[in-house]
Amino acid sequence: MDVLINIGYLVAAVLFILGVKGLTSPKTAVQGNKMSASAMLIAVIAALLDSNVITYEYILIGVLIGGVIGAFIAKKVAMTDMPEMVATLNGIGGGASLLVAAANYLESQQLADMGKFAVTYDWSVAVILSILIGAVTLTGSFVAVGKLKGKIGDSNKVKLYKWIVKLCFATLIAGAVYFTAFSQLNSDYLILGLIVVCLILGVCLVMPIGGADMPVVVSLLNSYSGLAGAAAGFVLGNNGLIIVGSLVGASGIILTSIMCKAMNRSLTNVLFGGSMSEQSGVSKSENDAFYEGKVKFSNADELAMLLESAQKVVFVPGYGLAVAQAQHATRELASMLEANGAEVKYAIHPVAGRMPGHMNVLLAEAEVPYDQLVEMDTINPEFSQTDVAIVLGANDVVNPGAAEDPNSPIFGMPILNVHNAKTVVVVKRGLSPGFAGIPNELFIRDNALMVAGDAKAVLQDTIGALKDL
Amino acid sequence: MEMFIMSLTIFVLAIFVGVEVINKVPPTLHTPLMSGTNAISGIVVVGAIISSGGSEHTTVLSTVLGVVAIALATINIVAGYMVTDRMLNMFKKK
Repeated sequence: MDVLINIGYLVAAVLFILGVKGLTSPKTAVQGNKMSASAMLIAVIAALLDSNVITYEYILIGVLIGGVIGAFIAKKVAMTDMPEMVATLNGIGGGASLLVAAANYLESQQLADMGKFAVTYDWSVAVILSILIGAVTLTGSFVAVGKLKGKIGDSNKVKLYKWIVKLCFATLIAGAVYFTAFSQLNSDYLILGLIVVCLILGVCLVMPIGGADMPVVVSLLNSYSGLAGAAAGFVLGNNGLIIVGSLVGASGIILTSIMCKAMNRSLTNVLFGGSMSEQSGVSKSENDAFYEGKVKFSNADELAMLLESAQKVVFVPGYGLAVAQAQHATRELASMLEANGAEVKYAIHPVAGRMPGHMNVLLAEAEVPYDQLVEMDTINPEFSQTDVAIVLGANDVVNPGAAEDPNSPIFGMPILNVHNAKTVVVVKRGLSPGFAGIPNELFIRDNALMVAGDAKAVLQDTIGALKDL
Repeated sequence: MEMFIMSLTIFVLAIFVGVEVINKVPPTLHTPLMSGTNAISGIVVVGAIISSGGSEHTTVLSTVLGVVAIALATINIVAGYMVTDRMLNMFKKK
C-alpha cells in the first residue's frame, strides 16, 4: 500500500509540474489549471489511503468548512482586489503549515511514549524551520493585506522594527539550539514561545516596508508559503509535500527577482531599507515648487480632439487605473479609437499595479485581447512612432529622470519611454509624488499634457466628447 | 540521516525544475500564476490529513490543530483554483 501511495504522490507531482507548464501560454492555461487541480485530488486520495488515517469524520468537517469559505471568496472577489486575495491566501497557506508542524510535534510525543518514534536532529530542525516560515508567512501576509488596503501606512519607526527583528532572531536561535540539543519532546512551552516569537517576527519584518513595495513582498511571501509546505514535508518525511512545496517556492522566488529588477533595487534594500519615499523623498513644498507654473493642464474635450486624429495610441496603465476601476472605460475608449482606424496598444511595466501581472488581469477582465498587452522591452522602441500615449495613474515607471538624470534617486530603473511619443497625456488626480516620493520631470515636458481627475471620470468624459465630435 | 539527505536532494532538484518551468510563464499570466501556486501550496492538506485522521497517537489538541489546518489548506485549494480559473477564462476570450 505504501508503494501505491508514494506512486500517487509522484503522479501528482508530475501533473502539478505539467499544470504549471500549461501556464506558459494563455491558450493552454485553463487546461493547465485543471490538470493541477486533478493532481491535488490524487494527492488528497493518496493521503486518505495512508495507514495512519483511521477516522474520516474530522477530515470531512475540515474539508467542508474550508471548501465553503474558499468557494465563497473565490466567487465574490473583484479583480481589482486580487493582490489582497493572493496575499491572504499566502498567509492562510503559511498558517496551515504552522499548524501541521505543531500537530506533528504533539503526536510525536505520543508516538515516542509508545516507542514508535525516535527523535532525530533533522526532525527537530525541520520542526523549527516549519514554525518559523509558517508563522512569518501568516502574520507577514496579513500586514501586507493591511498595507495593500491602505489601512496600514508607511512606518517611520523603521529602526524600532529592525531592532525587534534582531531580538526575535536572537531569541529564536537560542530557543532552537536548546530545543534541538536538549529537550526535544518535553518543551511544550518552549515551542509555544517560539511560535509567538515567529508571529511577532512576521509583523515586524513587513511593517517597515513601503506600501508601494508590496509587489515584491507579496511575491516573496508567495514563495515562503510554498517553502513552509516543503518544511512541513521534511517534518513528516513526505516527499510529495517537499516536491510540490518547492515548486511554489521557486515560483515566488522568480517573481520576486523580476519585481526587484524592474525597480532596480536589491531585495535587501526593499526588505530592510525602509520605504523609497523615506529614503529619497522630497517635501511637499519642494514638490510644488518643481511643478510651479510649468505644467500644461488640459481637459477631456481637448483630449478627444487629439485622439480623433491619432493613428497610433498607447495606453499606459498604473495603480491609479485599478483604484479608479477604469479598466472598462479604457476598453470602451480603445474600441472607439480602433473603429476610427487607429492602432491601439497597452504598455505594461512589470511593477505597474500592486502585484505581478495585476494590470493584465484587470484589462483582460475588460475583454482587452491579450495580444494588445505589450511588455516594456517590446513597446519602448514603438513610442517614437506613437501619436498619443495616455498615462493612466502611473508615475515613477514613466519618469524620464530614471533614464536620463544620474542624480535621480531612481536612476537606472527601467521605465516606459512615453516621453518619446508625440504627445503624452497624463491622467492623474493630482501632482502628488509616486512611490519614490520624487517629482516627475515628464509632467513639465513640452510634449506632455496633464488632465487632472479620476481616470474613470476623465475617460468617460473623453468618450462623451468623442461622440459629439 | 540518510532519509534526510534523500529529502534534501529531492528538494533541491525540485527547486531547479520549478525555476526552469516557471521562467517560461509570460508576465501576462503572472497573477494567475500566483493564485494558482496559492492553490498548489494547499498541498499541505496532505500533512494535515495524516495528522488529524489518526486515532491512537493523537490528542484532543493535535486533532483540533489538524482539523483547522485542513480547513485552512482547503480554503487555499478551493479559492485558489476557482479564482485562477475565473481569471484564465477572461484571457481566453478574444
